[in-house]
Amino acid sequence: MGQTIIEKILSAHSGQQVYANDIVVARVDFIMGQDGTSPLAIRAFEDMGGRDVFDRERVAFVIDHSAPSPNEGVSALHKLMREFARAKGFRLYDIGEGVCHQLIPESGMVGPGSLVIGADSHTCTYGALNAFSTGVGSTDLAGGLISGRMWFKVPESFKFALHGVLPPGVYAKDLILYLIGDVTADGATYMSAEYTGEAVAAMSMEGRFTMANMAIEMGAKAGLMEADEKTFRWLDRFTGRSFNPASPDADAVYARVKEYDVSRLEPQVARPHRVDNVCPVGEVAGTPIQQAVIGTCTNGRLEDLRIAAGILRGKKINPEVRLIVAPASKTVYLDAMREGIIQDLVEAGAAVVTPGCGPCVGTHNGVPSDGENVISTANRNFKGRMGNSKAFIYLASPATVAASALTGMITDPREFVK
Amino acid sequence: MRFRGKAHKFGNDVNTDYIISGKYKFKTLDMKELARHVMEDLDPDFYGKVSRGDFIVAGTNFGCGSSREQAPLAIKYADVSAVLAKSFARIFYRNCINTGLPVVECDTDLIEGGDELEVDLAGGVIRNLSRGIDIPIKPLPGVMIKILNDGGLAAHFRKHGGFNLD
Ligand code: SF4
Repeated sequence: MGQTIIEKILSAHSGQQVYANDIVVARVDFIMGQDGTSPLAIRAFEDMGGRDVFDRERVAFVIDHSAPSPNEGVSALHKLMREFARAKGFRLYDIGEGVCHQLIPESGMVGPGSLVIGADSHTCTYGALNAFSTGVGSTDLAGGLISGRMWFKVPESFKFALHGVLPPGVYAKDLILYLIGDVTADGATYMSAEYTGEAVAAMSMEGRFTMANMAIEMGAKAGLMEADEKTFRWLDRFTGRSFNPASPDADAVYARVKEYDVSRLEPQVARPHRVDNVCPVGEVAGTPIQQAVIGTCTNGRLEDLRIAAGILRGKKINPEVRLIVAPASKTVYLDAMREGIIQDLVEAGAAVVTPGCGPCVGTHNGVPSDGENVISTANRNFKGRMGNSKAFIYLASPATVAASALTGMITDPREFVK
Repeated sequence: MRFRGKAHKFGNDVNTDYIISGKYKFKTLDMKELARHVMEDLDPDFYGKVSRGDFIVAGTNFGCGSSREQAPLAIKYADVSAVLAKSFARIFYRNCINTGLPVVECDTDLIEGGDELEVDLAGGVIRNLSRGIDIPIKPLPGVMIKILNDGGLAAHFRKHGGFNLD
């Protein structure tokens, strides 16, 4: 019987032929924890009687959610993480290195066919590299750190066949927002989303990371795609390792299949307070905004900053707007500097903050005030997400956010994109 | 396991930011302190209204969003005895089993806020005492029962020295 991508990866890591709904205990290739979840995992590790991590090369902690620390409570937790990582001898990415979901792919330890768990729900991002990577809680993470294994129910797969080519001014972010709006926040609960078709093939790696990143926003356990020569070219910069890509069989079984033609898609916006509350930008155009955010594990990569700089270069943002930019990693930051992108953004009026999560999760770096509207390239707009439950968050592509920062209201970016 | 208490009703897609906001969870490992803010963005008085043993009752996709284990722990430390919903987000569901907070899939349309309930996990039934109806519970997968019976994943590891789920 044919297998989907996820069935193949879980088979390879459990030493048996498995299919949807089987329960397996599988070998894990890499384990990641961030500063919101690792402290509890350390506690669970001790509670489980753990002594060493299963393989110090295959574990990393990242301090990105509140980096640098905004208060002494957080500082104590960061210290706990640093001490634990040092004692066990594995790598910790400290403040300024970037967001976990950019750093782990850049580490070169993860690639096609890998199996990764991370104590962060957007761990599904590495599906762009054809890895099965998924978010777990702190106790699961501790179990993985000790044993190098994890139990999984093999998910059913949901195939998104994406035909056609995205029009100018319309990006992977618009497409994934559209798909989430279409299938809703629990449309793929516990499934593995498999993206395929010409639209995916034509997409940059940055765009693919965005697509995989937001799979969780429709409830999916993973957001996967096949590896191709773009994938390997991207990896070549970071690693010489070889991987075992997984492609679906022609007779693989899917629980659901949906076909889309993307060639007439418009820029999309997710309105407060739900990620699946999606509409074409025209329906909300003109809504005044006070804060704009470009960054996060969804859209803080070089291409995203480049698109924003393309719109803002030589102009000034609207005086009523604060624009916050958080590069996804130090590598992205340095690349953007070399290209003059950071210069362009700062001259246009952006405040660039430390590579990391930035203001995404409301710990610091730009908490909005009561009644304010924020437009952001992030992946979640839940009430209170950015630290104030009386603010309103709209999600959009870097182009839409940049265009909106320029005009002071939600704006269709297509008039600014040649 | 059998619990008795009052139902506190919520809608669909209650996410982990609503259960416990990121602005609190990053600051502390003191779960009792986090519990004071549980469900705050949906109902600012929630913590004050809950009595020991009460239930959170919700619609579909409860616990969607982040992987924070602080979410089930904050609920547990607020003395809520179980969460009843039509369906759960998977990471949240796993986290509940791992930390020992009972989660029950059932038809929550048959429960109103304020109803007095008795949840009988072993018997696979919820008795809605206010309405005099019995609501069947969807059974848990075998692996989860094993982990719950051992008292959560940490206890499972202490007992078996690793995964022992076959
Ligand atoms: S950028 Fe936002 S969504 Fe991504 S890992 Fe950080 S807090 Fe989570």
